[in-house]
Amino acid sequence: MNDSIVDPNVEQAGEAELEIANVSRRRFLRGLTATGALVIAARWTPAAFAAQGEDPDNPKKYGAEAMAHGWVDNPDVFISIAPDNTVTLINHRGEMGQGIRTSVVMVMADEMGADWQKVRVEQAIANEEKYGNQNTDGSRSMRHWFDPLRRAGAAARTMLEQAAAKQWGVPLAECRTGVHQVIHIPTKRALSFGELATAAAGQPVPDRKSLKLKSPDQWRYIMRKPQEFPKANVGQPLAVDGMDILTGKAQFAADVSWDNMLYAVIARPPSYGSAVKSFDDKKALAVPGVVKVIQMPTATQPSGYEPMGGIAVLAESTWAAIQGRKALAIEWDNGPAGANASYDSVAFRKLLEERAKKTGKIESKKGDIEAARKAAAQSLSVNYYAPHMAQAPMEPMAAIVRINGDKADVWTSVQNPQAARDGVAKRLQLKPENVTVQCGLMGGGFGRKAKPDYVFEAADLSKAMDGRPVRVQWTREDDLHNGFFHAVALEHMQGYLDDNKRVSGWLHRSLAPSISSLFAPDAEYQSAAEMGMGIRNMPFDIPAIQQENGEAEGHIRIGWFRSVYNVPHAFAIQSFVAELADLAGKDHRDFLLELLGPDRKIDPGKEDIFNYGEDPARYPIDTARYRAVIERATKEAGWGKKMPPNRGLGLAVHNSFVSYCAIVMDVEVSEGGDVIVHRADVAFDCGPQINPDRVAAQLEGACVMGTGIALMTQITAKDGRIQQDNFHQYLVPRINESPREIHVYAVNNDLDIPIGGVGEPGLPPVAPALCNAIFAATGKRIRTLPVADQLKS
Amino acid sequence: MIKLTINGEPRSLDVPADTPILWVLRDTLKLTGTRFGCGMALCGTCTVHLDGNPIRSCTTPISMAEGKHVTTIEAMEKDPLGRRVQQAWMDEAVAQCGYCQGGQVMSAVALLKNNPNPDDAQIDRQMSGNICRCGTYPRIRKAIHRAAAAAEKNAASIGEPLFTEVKA
Repeated sequence: MNDSIVDPNVEQAGEAELEIANVSRRRFLRGLTATGALVIAARWTPAAFAAQGEDPDNPKKYGAEAMAHGWVDNPDVFISIAPDNTVTLINHRGEMGQGIRTSVVMVMADEMGADWQKVRVEQAIANEEKYGNQNTDGSRSMRHWFDPLRRAGAAARTMLEQAAAKQWGVPLAECRTGVHQVIHIPTKRALSFGELATAAAGQPVPDRKSLKLKSPDQWRYIMRKPQEFPKANVGQPLAVDGMDILTGKAQFAADVSWDNMLYAVIARPPSYGSAVKSFDDKKALAVPGVVKVIQMPTATQPSGYEPMGGIAVLAESTWAAIQGRKALAIEWDNGPAGANASYDSVAFRKLLEERAKKTGKIESKKGDIEAARKAAAQSLSVNYYAPHMAQAPMEPMAAIVRINGDKADVWTSVQNPQAARDGVAKRLQLKPENVTVQCGLMGGGFGRKAKPDYVFEAADLSKAMDGRPVRVQWTREDDLHNGFFHAVALEHMQGYLDDNKRVSGWLHRSLAPSISSLFAPDAEYQSAAEMGMGIRNMPFDIPAIQQENGEAEGHIRIGWFRSVYNVPHAFAIQSFVAELADLAGKDHRDFLLELLGPDRKIDPGKEDIFNYGEDPARYPIDTARYRAVIERATKEAGWGKKMPPNRGLGLAVHNSFVSYCAIVMDVEVSEGGDVIVHRADVAFDCGPQINPDRVAAQLEGACVMGTGIALMTQITAKDGRIQQDNFHQYLVPRINESPREIHVYAVNNDLDIPIGGVGEPGLPPVAPALCNAIFAATGKRIRTLPVADQLKS
Repeated sequence: MIKLTINGEPRSLDVPADTPILWVLRDTLKLTGTRFGCGMALCGTCTVHLDGNPIRSCTTPISMAEGKHVTTIEAMEKDPLGRRVQQAWMDEAVAQCGYCQGGQVMSAVALLKNNPNPDDAQIDRQMSGNICRCGTYPRIRKAIHRAAAAAEKNAASIGEPLFTEVKA
């Protein structure tokens, strides 16, 4: 997620107020079907909505309102109906495995009464001025879009009913939408959506205030698992791309070819900032199929989303380009890289450990930590360490660009299509609306594809080839060597217990390079948002708390990784609670609940604590929700039961992306030090679960990825170079290493609660729960991630 | 010229003999269902069958397939076992991003061909060469058991329409 950064490539909210009232009807008729489609004039805009606020001059914006280009609930933008009864629904968010193409469409289809089997999905091009915000990260899609999409669906349904009432000459109140048809209740006459399409297009859009939304008991798909679908749909897979994925038909970034296209791979600098000193391409050009070798400029630091530069080899096939690159002889100039060229992650850890001995920037202070220290009956002071990681989505980055006069086309997969569009427009000096960015499925994102650098590479190369289509293909080595890495983190913790074995003082000193270092020079401290991911919003009821931010510069490109700084922060905090519980001789769960204190809602707005962009009044920090997930996960796991030898249960809880997640891991450590994860019990509260099966899938995936973070996954650097080349060195969990069983429980699955994030909040508690379980099984405390061979004798 | 059979079709290909099968499928034949993940036979995303046996196409040169049968994910719809595995994958809603799932299905079909009713340990052993970064492993395990059970129970249903879905 990237709420923390003012991204120079992305227009900020505030400039987002748009007026789309003059959408051309003809354009839609032409664009969607030759024979006519439901067209509804646009008249609902974020600007109009903002004007309804209490203070029209200075409305405080939260949630989707605060995002660039806000939200749109205009049915004309998302919904069209053809006379043949096909309902085409547009998904404008990026699909990277979270199932959003299904969920977005499901919400609109259900609310309008469309039959799932007559629904088609169309993927929107990058166009936030039309669709609202499309930047798919920060676990925001359903959180920000459930309400607008529901309204779009309800408006379309109302217009169909209005059209039917008019045709029959009956009062609107006598008409009701069934499944894909409108029924006149007294006479049981029916008109299909297709029959009503053209007439409905001419109907006025209902006023948002009078719009009648379906009651939840009328929903057929929303908040239901497949086995709970209506009879006609039982056993019907909901997944939009389900079978295409399994037959090889689904299209990812590298699955499209354009006429006359060249394939490019790029030899990028070994260190952040290195430049080409000289190169010899004779042998590369001699490789059959290689067409051209092009030197690319090295971006100055901080480089943002700019490509790293290097030498590109363009060929008639991917394999020829890869072979050509191997044949290049390049001498690098490490001068521009400065200290990055000697970056050593082991030495950097030692440096952070030294710095952690001194007080950092004090971010918050409650009570008197010095007094707590002096009066303490027992104390504990430890460091936790979490390494760099690469997102390593299974699909290495790829993008195709072609330029034709004052227009450019892009086919790729990115989390932030608008940033790709505007960035390409800027570098090619084209109007943004003349750059068409079409996205295929993303073969995983995890934050990596929030940066469209690879699209820019393809644009630069197409330009160098006079507009000829060029597909840039990253290899796995490129992905691991030249990524935007998860920050390394050193978390220094001090805890004090009073005579009653209660925690009287808590000091957390966090040192991690900031993602801001990608955009701003001298960004050597975590941003407020980064400190707000687990540290500043920690809800513990402790008399003295001091939270500090320590100096840590970035020597490689630091970027978003699923759950971001929550991962190291939760690892430290949730491990430390378990350590203090052990010190106090208390049960970890009881101790954790005691730390949470009485049920209460904490206002993050009061101290201006980062709240994922959400209204602190709607999304307070709710300790009762922490408690509920802890109680559920421990109950389901049988917390307190007697465990076999070398086996233990470990617990952790974390609140992130305005959702709450507690996990209990059941772990065995073999004689030889191998860790077997028998079971994970996950209690999750994101409020209402719009697509519950996909919520469960995200949490299962988080448990697997988190198991990797705990046990094996790390990026290291030496002499300014990343040391992991491919999956034999960059270890991610395989089927035999993942939890044997994962059980997910929905807590507070209730429409009265505002929706929370889903994709990310499951990940942070996994590693501490697993390491706490290792402690329970063996008595060995893991303070450095990953476990790797720490348990080997 | 290299002569081989791909998904039942005889082909003569004029490509360098050392080109990995993966890139012949993807770039020359535009059979893009076989995907690139690592290029070092480490992740299994590119798995295809060579004379019925699973191989990593990213490191297997096309010359090794001379005179042999290459079968890709695109042919699984017509393969009774392939269809059963696909249906089990749908029923368990396995896929997340989907990028690795073609390779997972190819590995699972090869496993079930040799071992119609594998236990968890056998599944883990056979499937551990296929990485899924989304973490769909628990569902993959369930789907393989489901496909195995379906084979035992009702082999006759193969060939009937097994699913409906929304076309993207």
